[in-house]
Amino acid sequence: MSATALVPEELLQEEQKPEPIKKVSIIVSKGTLEGIYPGLIMANGARMEGIEANMFFTFFGMDAITKNKMDKVKVATVGNPALGLPALLGIIPGMSAFVTRQMAKKMEALDIPPIPEFVQLLADSGAKLYACKASVDMFGLKQEDFVDTLEGILTVGEFYEKAAGGQIIFT
Amino acid sequence: MTTVTLANKDVDVDAEGFLKHPEQWDASVAETIAREAGIAPLTDRHWQVVKFMRDRFLTTGSAPSIRTLGKESGVPIKELYQLFPKGPAKLAAKIGGIPKPKGCI
Repeated sequence: MSATALVPEELLQEEQKPEPIKKVSIIVSKGTLEGIYPGLIMANGARMEGIEANMFFTFFGMDAITKNKMDKVKVATVGNPALGLPALLGIIPGMSAFVTRQMAKKMEALDIPPIPEFVQLLADSGAKLYACKASVDMFGLKQEDFVDTLEGILTVGEFYEKAAGGQIIFT
Repeated sequence: MTTVTLANKDVDVDAEGFLKHPEQWDASVAETIAREAGIAPLTDRHWQVVKFMRDRFLTTGSAPSIRTLGKESGVPIKELYQLFPKGPAKLAAKIGGIPKPKGCI
């Protein structure tokens, strides 16, 4: 007889129950519509479950929190085979804007907010928004180029400090 | 599904404690669920959110999203999270005696 057989089954199950997630830090690295939304939705979903959420925007992902770019984010119609659009049609001027409009309609019907509203919703929900220092320097941006709800511009090291004790998700 | 006694009333709940039958709900059931969730007492502002959730579910068949809650309940997002720190939509649904919201937003 093994030692574990002496432990009542209920207790055993209790012990094996995984620890709930308490904190997530989500990195948004892409500047397309389909690159940005998953991170926003996951951060919002975390807050709705009472999970602490940090967001770290890097490279073109920063477009989501840049004042003059956040309402111009588009679906990539080139190099995006999952769209099912013939490659040659993808390059037609206005195609990206057209596909983006179609997708925006579908999202509105599902009550998914446009990016500027979504970023405000996240800030109001208590999610913390950060921009990546290396990307900010590379693109020559300043704090005032970003939404007012930006908590700060962080180095990678500082981001890891903020993420301590939680899960990191890269998108 | 299990039956539990809340505020001297037998109610059917799911594994997470959401009421299975909204008609088994009343204000004292709400107060009891809220207390167990660490929210006591329920203020007028809490009630405003809880009633909005419940009414919307009973009229449309689904619970509103957090976006709709912030826009239409009369309580803005920031305050929603102050009132229900562990998740406004989920907790207001639980206290309001309706099933757990199914949407991702």
